[in-house]
Amino acid sequence: MIRDFIKSREAILVGALIALILLVEIRFSGFASPGNLASVFNDTSILIILALGQMLVILTRCIDLSLASNLALTGMVTAMINAAIPGLPVIALIALAIGLGTLMGMFNGILVWKLDIPPIVVTLGTLTIYRGLVFLISGGEWVNSHEMGEAYKALPRLDFLGLPVLSWIAIAVIAGFVILVNRSGLGRAFYAVGGNPHAAVYTGIDVGRTRFAAFTIAGGLAGLCGYLWVSRYAVAYVDVAGGFELDVVAACVIGGISIAGGLGTVTGAVLGALFLGAIKNALPVAGISPFWQLAISGAAIIIAVAFNAQSSRKQGRIILKSAEHPT
Amino acid sequence: MTLTRRFAIGLGLAASLMGTTAMAQDSVRIALVAKSLGNGFFEAAARGAEEAAEELGNTEIIYTGPTSTTAEGQIEVINSLIAQRVDAIAISANDPDAVVPALQKAMQRGITVISWDSGVAPEGREMHLAPSSDELIGRTIIKLAADHLPEGGEVAVLSATSTSTNQNTWIAEMEKVMDQYPDIEVVATVYGDDLADKSYREAQGLMQTYPDLDAIIAPTSVGIVAAAQAVQDASKVGQVNVTGLGLPSEMAGAIESGASKSFAIWNPVDLGYTTAMIAHALATDEATAEPGAEIDTGRMGSVTLDEDNQAAMSEPFTYDESNIDEFKSIF
Repeated sequence: MIRDFIKSREAILVGALIALILLVEIRFSGFASPGNLASVFNDTSILIILALGQMLVILTRCIDLSLASNLALTGMVTAMINAAIPGLPVIALIALAIGLGTLMGMFNGILVWKLDIPPIVVTLGTLTIYRGLVFLISGGEWVNSHEMGEAYKALPRLDFLGLPVLSWIAIAVIAGFVILVNRSGLGRAFYAVGGNPHAAVYTGIDVGRTRFAAFTIAGGLAGLCGYLWVSRYAVAYVDVAGGFELDVVAACVIGGISIAGGLGTVTGAVLGALFLGAIKNALPVAGISPFWQLAISGAAIIIAVAFNAQSSRKQGRIILKSAEHPT
Repeated sequence: MTLTRRFAIGLGLAASLMGTTAMAQDSVRIALVAKSLGNGFFEAAARGAEEAAEELGNTEIIYTGPTSTTAEGQIEVINSLIAQRVDAIAISANDPDAVVPALQKAMQRGITVISWDSGVAPEGREMHLAPSSDELIGRTIIKLAADHLPEGGEVAVLSATSTSTNQNTWIAEMEKVMDQYPDIEVVATVYGDDLADKSYREAQGLMQTYPDLDAIIAPTSVGIVAAAQAVQDASKVGQVNVTGLGLPSEMAGAIESGASKSFAIWNPVDLGYTTAMIAHALATDEATAEPGAEIDTGRMGSVTLDEDNQAAMSEPFTYDESNIDEFKSIF
């Protein structure tokens, strides 16, 4: 029954997404063209990847606010290394970005697991620490496009079967997540830990360890996004992705990932990110006053949360089906 | 660390004191105080000041500043300059008010004090030299776009935040002179909030909404870089020219790719040169800092002081492929 509801919830999201696209199409023809939709997807790729990472963390009843800072730091590190050692192959830099991001994720995870500090406090701290490190290593200086190697900048834009590599990376991550979440023990453990931590312990799941795994995966993805972001916009500066952590959380919330943990799907997270991405891409072309844009984005989030609250009120409380409507 | 730094400052002080005794008495010594040392912008300004000193003759430039951009550091530097009894202090302040007491002390000792680049409150200086004025910037940004559009066309403005005072002033000044460009139409003003991703998306949106767009004017350093990248990614290099205010080091790639034909920012070399010229004129009493005064600034022409004893140097300097290589390593 819960499954059915989630399904219908995703149907609502798909409907909202299509309605949004059509609405913009009325104001600005060409928005719904396949080429433009592909570019919206490409633009949203980074948000999708991060939202999936965040989803795992939220599933385990935690939250990772440091993702954008992690992204900024790895992005800056790869850009600086690329500028200093132009000969280093890009694949090595990507490996380094993922490795570094993973380490930062593990650091969050360890603090949550071993020291039992509330995740919001841990990641609020590391949000500032990682962002501070960006200042520290860069000295406030930018790494500019002419200092970056051609190969470094070219990879995400490379065309493969009609889509840029950036989009393909997002698709690969989505596919990986579908398998991880639905077909692996670890994936199911995320739901178990978030759904009911005490029950999870009795089934032999180590709650702390599972949370650690969630933070680690999210960190690694943030690291990957660090490279993708910097090479896509061809500039690395201290404020890279400033405030992006909230977009990521918003994408999850819109996608129906319950902040209370244990509830949510890969499809939901992807749709939530796409919805936010579509709004971001639609507002500039729809000719809406910039003064309205923030309010519109915010309204979308509130509406989504209202839906969530509605759903959590209904489900989960019915223990005995036959007792639901006592006769 | 602090100890070694103090020691180094002490050494430097001793060295310059020894220099004083060796120097002929009538030499004019001008201290150029930067926001912090090790910043390409100020190094370039110091080079301009040296150039002015050479032209003037019998003038010594003391280029100094704190190691980090703090007002405390500058106060320390000012006090040591007072002890050295320099003839003039020209400062780009880290805080308009915090340095005032130290600078007032300097003025009491007969030292000429002016501020440049980043101003000091009026009571702490004789005059302030701004790199440019709102009016000149407004005129320049539209001229940059118009110069490459002899037959007119559509241009759009990509600003920072919708509440950014200086951006709005510049855009308003630009609109005032639009009647000089009858064939050019400003089709939209959008806001990238000085975020690379939002600016990029707004630039993309502009190109989609206005397929015949000829130029994007971004009077913000984050916006101009992001817009240039968006034009490049949309394969519209040559169709859409990105221009506005940016830094040469950040814009070198965009000039190279052709996404931007030219852009502007004040030239630090000229700024240092003009500052030294004014400081020299005031210190030698060739000119007095009073409202309406006109001070000769050598190859830069002259500046006129307004009622607040402020002056604007010139229009922002234009950078294009002919000079970008020279400046991209400077700032």
